Amino acid sequence: MGRFITFRLLQAVPVILAVITVTFFLVRVAPGGPFDSEKAVLPEVKAALEAQYRLDLPLFQQYVAYLGDLAQGDFGPSFKYPGRSVNELIEAGLLVTAELGLYALLIATLIGGVAGIFASLKPNTDQDYVPMTLAMIGICMPTFLLGPLLVLIFGIRLEWLPVTGWGDIPGDKILPSISLGAAYAAYIARLSRAGMLEVLSQDYIRTARAKGLPERQVVLKHALRGGLLPVVAFLGPAFAGLLAGSFVVETIFQIPGLGRFYVQAAFNRDYTMILGTTVFLSTLIVLFNLLSDVLAASLNPRLRHQFHTGGMP
Amino acid sequence: MSSTAGELLREAEKGTSLWQDAWIRLKKNRFAVFGLVVLVLMMLTALLTPWIAPYAYDAQNLDLGATPPSAQHWLGTDIFGRDMLTQIMYGGRVALAVGLIATSVALTIGVTWGAIAGYVGGRTDAVMMRLVDILYALPFMIFIVLLMVVFGRNIILLFLAIGAVEWLTMARIMRGQVQSLRQQEFVEAAVSLGLPARTIIRRHLIPNALGPIIVYTTLTIPSVMLLEAFLSFLGLGIQPPQTSWGLLISYGAETMEEYPWLLIYPGMALTLTLFSLNFLGDGLRDALDVRGSKD
Repeated sequence: MGRFITFRLLQAVPVILAVITVTFFLVRVAPGGPFDSEKAVLPEVKAALEAQYRLDLPLFQQYVAYLGDLAQGDFGPSFKYPGRSVNELIEAGLLVTAELGLYALLIATLIGGVAGIFASLKPNTDQDYVPMTLAMIGICMPTFLLGPLLVLIFGIRLEWLPVTGWGDIPGDKILPSISLGAAYAAYIARLSRAGMLEVLSQDYIRTARAKGLPERQVVLKHALRGGLLPVVAFLGPAFAGLLAGSFVVETIFQIPGLGRFYVQAAFNRDYTMILGTTVFLSTLIVLFNLLSDVLAASLNPRLRHQFHTGGMP
Repeated sequence: MSSTAGELLREAEKGTSLWQDAWIRLKKNRFAVFGLVVLVLMMLTALLTPWIAPYAYDAQNLDLGATPPSAQHWLGTDIFGRDMLTQIMYGGRVALAVGLIATSVALTIGVTWGAIAGYVGGRTDAVMMRLVDILYALPFMIFIVLLMVVFGRNIILLFLAIGAVEWLTMARIMRGQVQSLRQQEFVEAAVSLGLPARTIIRRHLIPNALGPIIVYTTLTIPSVMLLEAFLSFLGLGIQPPQTSWGLLISYGAETMEEYPWLLIYPGMALTLTLFSLNFLGDGLRDALDVRGSKD
């Protein structure tokens, strides 16, 4: 297990470095310097500004200096809003986005997991078809459509729930969390159904049944662990998707989170802000993938074993 | 040479019966047939849109404004008095173009990459697939947003960027296929006949891996369409005066309180298309008996 984690950590390092490097140079080759558009800036002022942001140095030195800043946890300043830094922005938005993502993920795993397990217990009956058709609708209904539709139905027509904000009015967290979580509930339902079906046909399940264990115990104790493996492996990529989904949900519901800041930075062409947030979000995603891999390996003895014998997963 | 031709012919005959078999199985799957019919209709509509669209694509009628569905405008009009049905038809063309072009890009890169890695094997394979692993871990959604910001909202770039994201899974699938195929006798025979690797990959390996390729392609198209709609919704994809379902949904969401049909109809168009493609993909996967192509 220790070897597995070490290997995965080592694999994450080049990925994160690649993200930083590609993002850094992409942003730097973007047409137009950050201070070109300001009208009538005195040459000395411009030079001072560029010196302040280290733009007067050769590109490679800028890169090395940026890496140095990152190593100290400094994501750099904002070009558009002097005095604001990417760190402040992340501090302001991270908690909100994390809370939203957590609720969405809870909704997704609970509803999706239960639906998938139920469907797998009686395959090819209504108990299977109904949740799986709903899951297909969930997959085909993108967040940016589901969000407005929920607002239209529950916010505007029925007037049951507030439609903007985060933590201002009671109940305003419900619609955003459902909007963000629904698609993942659908994926998880499909994954857990497939995983459970596969496990339920295995010999050790037949053995468990043959020795007279009650069905409840067979499912919950024996099948669940193996059957939910694909779900655990999916949680890493799901996290990346949740972040992208938060761009949309936070824009629709006007939630002051990281996703909304990122989209705003993209529109303002605030290059350093984009650079900083991209690096931060990417690192988070890579780490979450790592976490979900390690979790999946700890649940799957075969994967662990492969590593001890030197094979690749 | 004539024996090779005969061999090919026999192989082709066997192939046909295999495909017929799959077709029979596909026809039994009602959802898949439904998806296929919807998609064929949609493609025909998209091809014929310039001739059959009820109104000109940029025809405004500011006096009319937003009206609910009526005999003149089956799906109503937007706040500029533009016909919604026409807008959705043109949006469908964009969705289809993105789906086909970006998927072709992904298909070409993925199949070539995977086939070479799987066929050559050894160190080349290790390096190529390790690169795929690293790219897999990159947060591409964020990168596409970044690309759109840095290089402007260029539709060709959008196609390429989306295609470049989606090839990774294709490469993995293709490599697995090739690895198992190259152990088989007909490939050994081709090698001993002295055929160059290029020819073996093109003539013998790719045709035999067609099943998984088709299934995965069918499932890539909806995810590509979704990505385009997502970017357009955020304002980072297709730009006006061109239109797209994502753009229409984003406009619809702004005015849904007064004019809900402006949100609902483009939303239905997108959902129905994605629904059909996914059902067809699932149906094909069962019919061609391909395992674990996505997810």
